[in-house]
Amino acid sequence: MVLRRVLFRRGDNMAAGNEILTMRRITKNFLGVRALNNVDFTLRANEIHALMGENGAGKSTLIKVLTGAEEFESGEIRIAGINQPVINHSPQEAQINGISTVYQEVNLCPNLSVAENFFIGRELKKFGVIDWKTMNKKAKKAFDDLSINIDVTLTLDNYSVAIQQMVAIARAVDISSKVLILDEPTSSLDDSEVEKLFSLMRKLRDRGIGIIFVTHFLEQVYAVCDRITVLRNGELVGEYAVENLPRLQLVARMMGKEFDDLAAVKRERSEGAVSDPVTVIEAKGLGCTGKIKSFDLSISKGDVIGLSGLLGSGRSELARAMYGADKADSGELEMNSKKLNIRSPLDAMQAGMAFLPENRKEEGIIADLSVRENIILALQAQRGIFRLISKKDQEEFTDKYIDILKIKTSDRETPVKNLSGGNQQKVILARWLLTNPDFLILDEPTRGIDVGTKTEIQRLVVSLAEQGKAVMFISSEIEEMLRTCSRMVVMRDCSKVGELSGDEITQDNIMKAIAGGGSV
Amino acid sequence: MKKFNSIIRRITHIPLFLPLLCLFLVLIVNLIQTPSFFKITIQNGVFYGYIIDIINRSSGLIILAVGMTLVAASSAGADISVGAVSALCGAVCVASLGTGDVYQMPYIVSVLLAILIGVICGIINGFLVSYMKVQPMVATLILFTAGRGIAQLVTGSFILYVKPKQFGYLGAFLPKVPIPTPCFVAAVVVIITWLVLKKTSLGMYIQAVGINSKASRLVGLNSKMIIFLTYIFCGVCAAVAGLISVSRTMSIDANNVGLFVELDAILAVAIGGNSLSGGKFSLMGSVIGAITIQALTTTLYAMHVSADQLPLYKAIVVIIIVALQSPVVKKWYRNLRSKVSTVEPVKEVG
Repeated sequence: MVLRRVLFRRGDNMAAGNEILTMRRITKNFLGVRALNNVDFTLRANEIHALMGENGAGKSTLIKVLTGAEEFESGEIRIAGINQPVINHSPQEAQINGISTVYQEVNLCPNLSVAENFFIGRELKKFGVIDWKTMNKKAKKAFDDLSINIDVTLTLDNYSVAIQQMVAIARAVDISSKVLILDEPTSSLDDSEVEKLFSLMRKLRDRGIGIIFVTHFLEQVYAVCDRITVLRNGELVGEYAVENLPRLQLVARMMGKEFDDLAAVKRERSEGAVSDPVTVIEAKGLGCTGKIKSFDLSISKGDVIGLSGLLGSGRSELARAMYGADKADSGELEMNSKKLNIRSPLDAMQAGMAFLPENRKEEGIIADLSVRENIILALQAQRGIFRLISKKDQEEFTDKYIDILKIKTSDRETPVKNLSGGNQQKVILARWLLTNPDFLILDEPTRGIDVGTKTEIQRLVVSLAEQGKAVMFISSEIEEMLRTCSRMVVMRDCSKVGELSGDEITQDNIMKAIAGGGSV
Repeated sequence: MKKFNSIIRRITHIPLFLPLLCLFLVLIVNLIQTPSFFKITIQNGVFYGYIIDIINRSSGLIILAVGMTLVAASSAGADISVGAVSALCGAVCVASLGTGDVYQMPYIVSVLLAILIGVICGIINGFLVSYMKVQPMVATLILFTAGRGIAQLVTGSFILYVKPKQFGYLGAFLPKVPIPTPCFVAAVVVIITWLVLKKTSLGMYIQAVGINSKASRLVGLNSKMIIFLTYIFCGVCAAVAGLISVSRTMSIDANNVGLFVELDAILAVAIGGNSLSGGKFSLMGSVIGAITIQALTTTLYAMHVSADQLPLYKAIVVIIIVALQSPVVKKWYRNLRSKVSTVEPVKEVG
């Protein structure tokens, strides 16, 4: 009732009527950049609402504003049942107001039991001591209600990330249950786990909870969501019912242009100069005990070689062994017909390799350093301690790559941690391009990155190959590799099991090779 | 009002504003309490006064703070053995010179020997931290406890005195120079360090390693070596501070040289606005931090606080200084400022 009155007073569109959250004309400036500009967002009970947009579109900022992690300059947030506009000053306050968030990285304590985690910070007490029995019983019941089959007395680290996430969700919903925000929850889950998460989400929706779902995976939006709100460059593009917005349209809205680019990435160069391949790098029996079994691999100028295989099949390990990130203990490596003795990444860099690691945050960016420092770091390391690149050159290089790669940053001295994920990835690419390598290893360069930047990076890969560089491209998305790679290496159980080239590279063939040939 | 705000903003955006403010506040108190505080006179041909005393006494601490800054930046930890290492290096110096009327060996050799011991201590600490991956606090705890023990072995558990009066030059005054020698030594250490960080890429490397050692390794930095080097450097700084310390008293008392000085050094780094969890650092911040600590001590003495009660008052002021610079207070201050300068666009909920 209260809600209805509030809405009436506001005189807004009343069609749906069961809004539990309305954000109106939210504006937020961030370091001089307008991160959100008059953005409206509406969430209804009983719906799963996808919040879509490229990196830097303002999704995270909107969520942060909503949960009180960031302040906003103007606008209004209303929550059903609260009679006046709400400003959350902290995630805790948001939780009291009925808004809970579960992130990709689960913020629970792995060494406590499931029940403890469920009740952490609000333990049930009896005569001043913790009442384990009731706690376990209540937790058990809460999980049963959500059809999560779990032993609540075991410690959390017994369970997979997927289950841990569900525990986090169950806990969030148990504390306050109007609005649930899921921020990229599926990034580290496999397909069956994703399906389980979806059924949990549907169950919660049917209980009347409104769910905001932030993801980069388009298929998942169509699998589970009811509505989509699209943001672009900090502005609202529109709100759509899922059935009214076909996938292509969605992508077009997100990117702000009509969508025919993605298909066009496919290289035409294969007809070109394949006549006399020049080997850039060749591995003979290279291996690293416990990580990757011995393999042979030779990559020529202009090759884009894809590594496909399931997670944990040794894709990254193969790349790391070549780069010296993990020290190879058997076999040998030749680059430009010279034998290499790689003891550390620096040796590999000096030989002309570049390596963009899988995990951007942990192994890629140096968060507190500026964009400039992040970009010149690899070149500086190559030159050594005493040959400092002059300030002028540093700035020149940085500006050049900010321009070439269209890195969105307010300033070259901005700490790289303030950039969006896609732009951070571009900074790392710039870092390596500056060293002018002959052989680039790109391990999941497009993970967690919006569609537009993804396409840009794919194009870049192809154009690098055209310039005569050898590229190794690792991705979990087969489609992406089909589009960019000229050869494909298939990995299974920490060993290289096959190689495909030319017309053999089809999704079918790759799948078959991954699954293990004759067995099916 | 507007102009005032913009001035305030310009001032608060000066790098090292907060550390400087703290030092300034400490000195202001003196202006009120002890008007003679800022008086500098010449007695016996050398400068004399509280200010000179502060600069003189803080020299050792500055040197230690410089080493500590780099250790904290690269390894997100502190070297708590610096006091003990100072004592050990001082002991080696004194013991090698002997207690006779003339030196047993050339002074310079003895100094180099002491510095070598500092290097060795740094190697031990650095090896444990970077290559054995022992937590800095634990790794340096070893020499923290063992250092003084070894120093006692070197001196035979005696307090040794050095007789030739040239020995006191380092800790007091060179003939015909009115400024205390430790000031020059500290200045040289700071300038050399600053130049090395500025003219080579080492400064950036240390920050990169401190922020993200995994990523640093993958861009070709030898993270372990860089951490290792900072500990060796810290060992050298400890040795230099130890040499100054024994020269001041013309003697070595292994139980008392550099006692608790590691805590002051860590504090200097923190007061200088540096994070003890690695990464970005400001060398000058630590220098100002070190001077602030000494200024505080001298101030309290000038106010006739007895030596026994000194730590209490010192602690209270330090709490205030550190709290002033904490992220929470900074955020609160920022909010306050934005509230003053702009009209609040969003109404608060009661």
